[in-house]
Amino acid sequence: MKPETLLFSKTHEWVHVETDSTGAKVATIGISAFALEALTDLVYIELPKVGRTLKTGEAFGEIESVKAVSDLYSPVDGAVVATHDSLANELESLPSDPYGNGWLVKIKLSDETALQELMDYAAYQKQCAEEGH
Amino acid sequence: MATALAQTPLHDWHASHGGRMVDFAGWSMPVQYTSIVAEHSATRNAASLFDISHMGRLRFDGPGAPGFLDSVVTRRVTDQQPGQIRYALVTNADGGILDDVLVYHLQDAGGGSYWLMVVNASNRAKIVDFLQPQLPLAFDVDMSDVTHDWAMIAVQGPRALELAQPLVELPLDTLKYYHGAETRIAGHGGIVSRTGYTGEDGCEIIVGARAVAGVWQSLVDAGAMAAGLGARDTLRLEAGMPLYGHELSEAIDPFQAGLDFAVNLKDRTFTGHDALVRLKQQTGRPQRVGLVVTGKRVPREGFPILSAGNVVGSVTSGTFSPTLEQSIAMGYVAPEFAAVGTELAIDVRGRAESAHVVPLPFYRRTTKGTRT
Repeated sequence: MKPETLLFSKTHEWVHVETDSTGAKVATIGISAFALEALTDLVYIELPKVGRTLKTGEAFGEIESVKAVSDLYSPVDGAVVATHDSLANELESLPSDPYGNGWLVKIKLSDETALQELMDYAAYQKQCAEEGH
Repeated sequence: MATALAQTPLHDWHASHGGRMVDFAGWSMPVQYTSIVAEHSATRNAASLFDISHMGRLRFDGPGAPGFLDSVVTRRVTDQQPGQIRYALVTNADGGILDDVLVYHLQDAGGGSYWLMVVNASNRAKIVDFLQPQLPLAFDVDMSDVTHDWAMIAVQGPRALELAQPLVELPLDTLKYYHGAETRIAGHGGIVSRTGYTGEDGCEIIVGARAVAGVWQSLVDAGAMAAGLGARDTLRLEAGMPLYGHELSEAIDPFQAGLDFAVNLKDRTFTGHDALVRLKQQTGRPQRVGLVVTGKRVPREGFPILSAGNVVGSVTSGTFSPTLEQSIAMGYVAPEFAAVGTELAIDVRGRAESAHVVPLPFYRRTTKGTRT
């Protein structure tokens, strides 16, 4: 996916919303290239179990690099319907495709209001530029 | 930031080569240029280059220098031969560690002796303040802080000496481990020593602040990879080397830290000597240990170390070891839990991860060079 087509949270998660065959909205969540570049040297990721319900802003996992650990925060409300478990064994590939094979979890939305709070790519890039490196 | 950070003479190079600059002990220093793992691996497998100009360099001149230094460090100085370098500690009157230092005995071109003490950047002001009032005229010694006049770089790794040799007049293979000498470096006067903080063979180079950029660039051009403080930390941790502010502090004495080799008590006196004589006989204090964690979650400084659910110590440094591909840590535990093989756990953000005590260092290179 192209980052221009995604929504972003202040905490550097990206969101892509699709409608599944039942008409439900499902959000695919990942981590931005900017965040991965800041982390570097990934060593560990922990993802939630399928079925867990998450509220916006709730920590659902952690990603750890040689020098630091970061919590992963849900940018939406809903239930986890899929997790990218094989990522744990191929973390080194995550930075090369953060917006495609780098997806972390899929969350079936219970409420869509949180989407209003997310930024488009241009606004997110502005936030990153302000944070600097 | 309230106060301006000090900059080494290589600051512009770091900033223009992707160095991620951070505040380290009041200095703007690169934590990494590319990735910590890449810079770490280059050190283990080839050669890397560290700017260590932030470290404090104190020079001592005069016939009283060895006697004075012998009165302020834990290791005997008076029998140190020209060219010899020793790791030592500076302790307070209670035996607590004020700093860990290298003491160099050097000779100038005329054959005159002088001495150098290399101290941690974070402790430089403290050590100068500690030494200054102890410099009575009777000692016949002058101390000068030459930190800003001289720059310092470390070339580390199995190819380090080969890459550095074309710049250094002195044949590096004649320099024994933990020895150093004045020589010409890229045409400038300087000091080279067979020392380092990575667990690899290599050398450290001291040259004038104005000459260092050329030396650095020549080493980069020869194939050494610039490495930052991030890799310096993972490398020293694998090598089981303590870092002041983590494994060492004024609340820790040398015996707890396992640094007995750096303490000579017999027939000497120095600040902290009498306290250390007593501490050497006492047991029951927490001991420094190495820990290997079973899972990949990384123990960090301050995390509790557990035995059967009870806190028995805490982590002072931890990382994911790029060489061993395991999470490793150093920490202090009550002595009954310090034996190699003891099964413990580390509380990693609320969840206990199993760990066990291993001998230090975690990593030992297979070729030449042992600390003397």
